[in-house]
Parts: sequence; structure tokens; C-alpha cells
Amino acid sequence: METYRDLPQSTYSLQTTESVRTGTWRTFRPIIDTKKCTRCYTCWKFCPDVSIEVREEGEYPRVDYDHCKGCGICANECPTGAIEMVREDSIC
Amino acid sequence: MPRLTLPKDELVSKGHSGCAGCGATLLARLCLKALGPKTIINSPACCWSVVQGVWPRAALKVPVIDHAFECTGAVSSGIRAALDAKGIDDVIVVGWAGDGGTVDIGLQALSGAVDRRTDFIYIMYDNEAYMNTGIQCSGCTPLYAWTNTTPGGKNQEWKQVAKKPIMEMLISNGIAYGATVSIAYPEDLVTKVKKAKTIRGTKFIHALSSCPPGWKIPSSKSVEVARLATQTGIFPLYEYENGAYVLNKDVKTKPVEEYLMSQGRFKHLTPAMIAEVQRRVDEDYAALKAKCKGAGASG
Repeated sequence: METYRDLPQSTYSLQTTESVRTGTWRTFRPIIDTKKCTRCYTCWKFCPDVSIEVREEGEYPRVDYDHCKGCGICANECPTGAIEMVREDSIC
Repeated sequence: MPRLTLPKDELVSKGHSGCAGCGATLLARLCLKALGPKTIINSPACCWSVVQGVWPRAALKVPVIDHAFECTGAVSSGIRAALDAKGIDDVIVVGWAGDGGTVDIGLQALSGAVDRRTDFIYIMYDNEAYMNTGIQCSGCTPLYAWTNTTPGGKNQEWKQVAKKPIMEMLISNGIAYGATVSIAYPEDLVTKVKKAKTIRGTKFIHALSSCPPGWKIPSSKSVEVARLATQTGIFPLYEYENGAYVLNKDVKTKPVEEYLMSQGRFKHLTPAMIAEVQRRVDEDYAALKAKCKGAGASG
């Protein structure tokens, strides 16, 4: 693009926001204890950041740490208390 | 075998710019699960115009039109007219606006769209103030709430009046379907949005979506506080269709104090103020139940 004439006539998006690593915002990291997890998928249901993944029904949920902002809704809503929020700096 | 209780497809991308624990983002995710990919969303200046991300990226996997604050109703009518002219009838038009863009600034355009009986779904995500610009009081801010423009102080200048009864206003305006939904009850939410898709005419959905920075709650309590709003009767879940009201979740079991005291924006409330809120909630809830009588409440 050299001049304004080369710009598209209207704005349109070229990609999704998936390349934005919002996981860097996190202070507390959710860790799922598969011994306590009953696979009710309540955490998946309430995640505002689409960061709890259930690839196939029946599987244990997994956390996408590249995008999880660490809000803690999953740990708060989990009916069996299987999710613990751990401070990031205590891990590494 | 363990099952998912909601549709699996995600139409909100990861990496969006919503705050941690944002109720409005969770709401969009749940609503789009019900709406499906054949949807065109238009939204005014609101939190969601930021949550969508910065160009050239976009957080929603459906077409979005951004427009000025007061235009949601008008733009929705325009998109529907364009689709009609092209003979496309399987695409759903959704007006997606915050509470300020609905009950204050966008009210005239919305009323016009209802008047034209435009076939679209209007979803108001109600976070009870102008949160995007820094928590200013809106017509949907509840009684006695703190905001930056109702800061209290010596003269006790908290919000002095109750929320605008937007659902009642639009029902008298002539909507075909109206429903209140909450992020704390996702199955109920998906059922109602799916139902709205099948009805012709203007559909209005009032959705409570908690806002951790604006309500002064920890981000992890976002869903819990929204659930308390329904359990205390402050935000009852009901539907309106063809002149009849149906109460979907008759779960009013807790005192309003529990909801109010869970949030920093109500921490200044005196016992007299809490009693006043309780009195009004009891009155409104009884009035709603009277309207639902005979319609067969369930839940």
C-alpha cells in the first residue's frame, strides 16, 4: 500500500483475535485436579475467555494457558472444588 | 457419559479484549451459541466495541457493523431491509447494545424499530452503568448505587431513582417477544434466544451481565453475583409473548442484603436503605407474579 487509494474501500478484519496472547494478563493460574473432576463441564460453560477446552465429550476439560486471563470463575463455580487458583510466581 | 449441556461451537474467539471475568463477553459467547453462524450483529459504542479487538483482528466470527451510539434500532432496520431486498430470509439480525445505548441514548431508534415491527432480535446487555467510559450513571443503574457521577459524599448523592422499566416500555410499544436472561443460567438463556429466532417481529432480550470493575466485585464472583440477583428477586427471569407473562425461574429465596453487600458499589447502604430496596423488590416481584398468574410458572 503506497497511497490512500490502495486502502480497501471499507474496513474488514483479516484474522481473529486468537493470535493475541491474553494469558500474559494472568496473576493466578487455574489448575484442574482430575482426581476430583467429575467432568460436569461447569467450568467450560462459564469461561468468558473460551479458555477451557473440551475437545470431545467425556474428556477431562483442559485449560488454554495462552489465553486464560485467570479470572477464577471456573474455580469459584466448580461444584467439587477441583480447580485451584495458584499464583503464577509460585510456579516458576 | 458426561455431556455438554450447551451447543459446542464457539463464535467468540479467544484473545478478545474483555476484562477478566467480564459478564458481557460470557453473555456474547452464550448468545452466539444459540444464534449460530448465520447472524449479523450491529453494535453501538459500548464495551463490546472494545472487546472485539483492534483491527485487523476481530473477536467475533460473524459479521459485525459498528455504528454511532444512538443508531442500533435504525441500523438493524436497515440491515433487515437490505436482506429483504436481496431475498435473504435465513439470516438473523441482532442489535447488540449496552444499557446506556438502549435505555438512554438509543431509546428513540429502538422505539422506531419496534414501531416498524422490524424482524430482529435486540439484546441489551445490562451492566447497569456506562462501564466502557468509566462507570457513569445510566438509566439502568439501580437505586442507591455508587457510580462516578453518583459518588455519594456529604450530600449522599447516590442514584436516587430506580431502574427504567425498559421491558414494560417496550411491551407497550409492541414487541412480539420479550425475555430476561442471566449469564448464571446458561441453559435458560440458550432456550430463550433459540425461541426468539423462531418468532417474527421485534424480539427484545434484557440480559444481566455483571461487571467486576464497575460493580466492585472480584472477577471470580462475576457469575455468583449474577445468580444472587435472580435468587433475591432483583432480576427475575421471565418471558413475555402474545400478552402473556411466564416466570421461568421462581427461585426468590434470599434477602436482597446478600446481593447488595456482595458488591462494593452498595457498601455505603444503611439498614434503612436496604429495607427500602427490599420493600420495592417484594412489591415488583409480587406484581410480576400476579401478571404470570394462570400462565403456569415452572422452574
